[in-house]
Amino acid sequence: MTALARLQSQYDVAVIGAGPAGMAAGAETAAAGLATLVLDENGAPGGQIYRAVTVTPVRAPDVLGAAYWRGAELVAELAASGAELVTGAVAWSLSRDLEIAVSLAGASRLIRARRVILATGALERPFAIPGWTLPGVMTVGGAQSLLKASGLIPQGRVVLAGTGPLLWLYARQLLRAGGDVACILDTAPATNYLRALPHLPAFLASPYLGEGLALVREVARRVRVRRIVALAARGGDRLGEVVFHTARGEGRMPCEHLLLHQGLAPNVNLALSAGVPHRWDRGQLCWLPAADRLGDTPLPGIAIAGDGARIGGARVAEARGRVAGHAAIAALKGGGRRAAHRAGARSDRIGRAFLDALFRPSRRLRLPAEDGVVVCRCEEVTAGEVRAAVRQGCAGPNQLKAFLRCGMGPCQGRLCGLTITELIADQQRVAPQQVGYFRLRPPVKPVALAELAALPRAEAPAPGGP
Amino acid sequence: MTAAADVIIIGGGLHGCATALNLALRGIKAIVLEKDYPGRHASGVNAGGVRMLARHPAELPLSLAAMEIWTKIGDLVDDDCGFSSDGQVLIAESQHEFDAMEERVRALRVQGFVHEELIGVAELRRLVPAVAQHCPGGIVSRRDGAADPFRTTQAFRRKAVELGQRVLTGIAVNGLVRRGGSWSLQTTAGTFRAPIVVNAAGAWADRIAAALGEPVPLEVAALMLMITARMPPFVKPVVILRGRKLSFKQLRNGTVLIGGGHAGRAFRDENRTELDWRKLASSAHTVAELFPVMRAASIVRAWAGIEARTADELPVLGSSERHAGIYHQFGFSGHGFQLAPGAGALIAELIATGRTNLPIAPFSIARFAECGAGKGAPAEAAPRAQCAG
Amino acid sequence: MFTRMPEAEAGASVGLTVDGATVEARAGDSVAAALLAAGYAYCRSTPVTGAPRGPYCMMGVCFECLVTIDGVGNRQGCLTLVREGMRIGLQHGKRDGGA
Repeated sequence: MTALARLQSQYDVAVIGAGPAGMAAGAETAAAGLATLVLDENGAPGGQIYRAVTVTPVRAPDVLGAAYWRGAELVAELAASGAELVTGAVAWSLSRDLEIAVSLAGASRLIRARRVILATGALERPFAIPGWTLPGVMTVGGAQSLLKASGLIPQGRVVLAGTGPLLWLYARQLLRAGGDVACILDTAPATNYLRALPHLPAFLASPYLGEGLALVREVARRVRVRRIVALAARGGDRLGEVVFHTARGEGRMPCEHLLLHQGLAPNVNLALSAGVPHRWDRGQLCWLPAADRLGDTPLPGIAIAGDGARIGGARVAEARGRVAGHAAIAALKGGGRRAAHRAGARSDRIGRAFLDALFRPSRRLRLPAEDGVVVCRCEEVTAGEVRAAVRQGCAGPNQLKAFLRCGMGPCQGRLCGLTITELIADQQRVAPQQVGYFRLRPPVKPVALAELAALPRAEAPAPGGP
Repeated sequence: MTAAADVIIIGGGLHGCATALNLALRGIKAIVLEKDYPGRHASGVNAGGVRMLARHPAELPLSLAAMEIWTKIGDLVDDDCGFSSDGQVLIAESQHEFDAMEERVRALRVQGFVHEELIGVAELRRLVPAVAQHCPGGIVSRRDGAADPFRTTQAFRRKAVELGQRVLTGIAVNGLVRRGGSWSLQTTAGTFRAPIVVNAAGAWADRIAAALGEPVPLEVAALMLMITARMPPFVKPVVILRGRKLSFKQLRNGTVLIGGGHAGRAFRDENRTELDWRKLASSAHTVAELFPVMRAASIVRAWAGIEARTADELPVLGSSERHAGIYHQFGFSGHGFQLAPGAGALIAELIATGRTNLPIAPFSIARFAECGAGKGAPAEAAPRAQCAG
Repeated sequence: MFTRMPEAEAGASVGLTVDGATVEARAGDSVAAALLAAGYAYCRSTPVTGAPRGPYCMMGVCFECLVTIDGVGNRQGCLTLVREGMRIGLQHGKRDGGA
């Protein structure tokens, strides 16, 4: 019997995503005796931050850092809880009545749950610069995944560009792994320091402070850091050099790898396609789901936990996962609600506001100035084409989608949506909240036609027509 | 705020915009009141089929007239609307179906309609080489084709505006009252007045009709579609089936659009639809059987627009039975896209001249006169309506 | 290009073909990782302009790493682990639906 066939048709709790939030949520509900399914599309649990924690070839603990190995403890807790963990499983549809379409090894099934906890995490913000589609340009997170899952490190001249804790963390991991970083091009605008100042007191009390300072110190000692305002990747068939603009002028550097990162945003596609309303958050510059402190959304039975609810990092994600787990227990078995509230209070982001402000991506790099920059990678639509369509009357992302096809490719707007919303808002001089986002529908990942055809079919009605 | 015009058109989909354009061509000023934006609903998200094929004979005169407009659409709206004409083929999957098609073509010819041509297995394989072996033949309508629905709707809207019409978005009509020689429409943005009103409100048109005391039961339907990732070209004509629900076309960009009329669930007051995977699975199964090459195609998106069907699946088109100055243009039951340029010309002709040569009696709202507010009427309360002098 | 950390070199070897050429990969790698490790800078060209693209996000959201695996096209290489004997095809332009 295949893994897909072994799935029950109905669970008490279905958790989608086995990162810190998903593992914590599933461990709580399973330990409380609820029939719990935890799904993850990757081959092993851990999500992004704890990617490959059970299978990584990078065993020396100081390379990836102590915080990474927390993931192994969570995996163990989940395994001991009695939850059913199924990896390699893509949840491509979630309906309001809590029916989930799951694809596993080329076949799909429809299963139900009494409660669904979405823990689909975050993705890296788009970083649309000239040449970002060239082979040789990747995300920092992508390079980090290669390190964690395969022990691979980039060779030749490696340039990191952008802003955000992940960029600095990977720089240290790469150096400790024996790799080299030619240069860090820091794109955080100088004004971020002023923005961050009011949040400094809270940050001083945060556990992030000590490790953060040590991390930056270690990297800055060995790697040249330049403050830049803009950059471009150049090359023919692949990356050849990076050109950058500082306050003082222009510079260029031949390189084999340009790794980009300017922060994280929730991966909203499954939640949005299920109908969870989202709101534009001006602090995090992205769409956040409507969810209360227990993670409950306005849709009965659907909760969200982790970076998918709000970017907060691994510790907060785990705490929020436990909160959502407790809330599910309370809803299905009664009691425990107060425990959920208390846990929620404890998990409030400590010092996160400071980090959000300090590492806020610049407007210049969120809204590409150059008309020729590809904004929608899948359909190769440029910033100039988007601006022109808006000038001609395309009032929002969905009309833009119909006109230019941006958002119609397989990524379903994951890599262009934020840029599109901000470009339209900028062009129309309105707030992003007013502009809105792509109307997303399932399947949130492509499904083969034959796989869809093998699902249980509706009865064919009697033929009518002419 | 009170705005006045010669004609107010309720509904800014393709039908409403086509009527607005045709009124402009006759020098008649119109305001279109659209509650969302043109193309937001059925007009913008349908399968884009431009066909005379497989229609109820009552629709054929209108369909033929519309097709004449389609062949010159670029001249009309300064945009080719993505219209291409590689024919549409209705495929028989059994000898029984083929025999019925043969009878149909014969009956149509007797009535003078020659656009449908019966084809055997050799011509079917020539037109649609990728089709499965079990199909004995079908009917082809060679002048048929497909267009881009959203682009078409925008083109009609743009041209109408260019010729002086006003298309106002985000404005919903809540009620209408006759005052003297004029109609007064209460909307979410104030009152609008005109002596003539066109009800082109799509899946919400039954409410307008009910407010006018001539209710028409409409079944609101969320007709579902799926589209694939790009594939190398393998089929030119649009393909439809008789026995099973399918409409199938490969667009110029290589993606394949699969429709056919399977319905999800519509929540028309929330502008929301829900997909039904069991029905889409049937659709996928049909495609896999008919076109084996499609088995590994990847479905990248599914969606459903909000459409409405009448009991006999014929539109409500023509003047009101009860009131002077009211015209209806709705109920196209999932096959109004191709008809829209013709319907817009027709309504404009009726408004301007009071008559038309097209046989529109089968579309008269009078055929629902016995319905009242009884069986089949929508459950929601209709907006207030009065006829006060 | 990408090279293996010294401590990660010890790992079971997996034989694949990429467009017919034999490539040695490491068990536990994703197809995308294996291609990068073998020196392939790009894995496909786009259907719109034919531009070369390589893996970008390595987490299944960018859809740049689309390759054909054992005859099935449009598979995300970063979400598929290598297996002995796997036949990988780089994707050029529009993808065939598959036989």
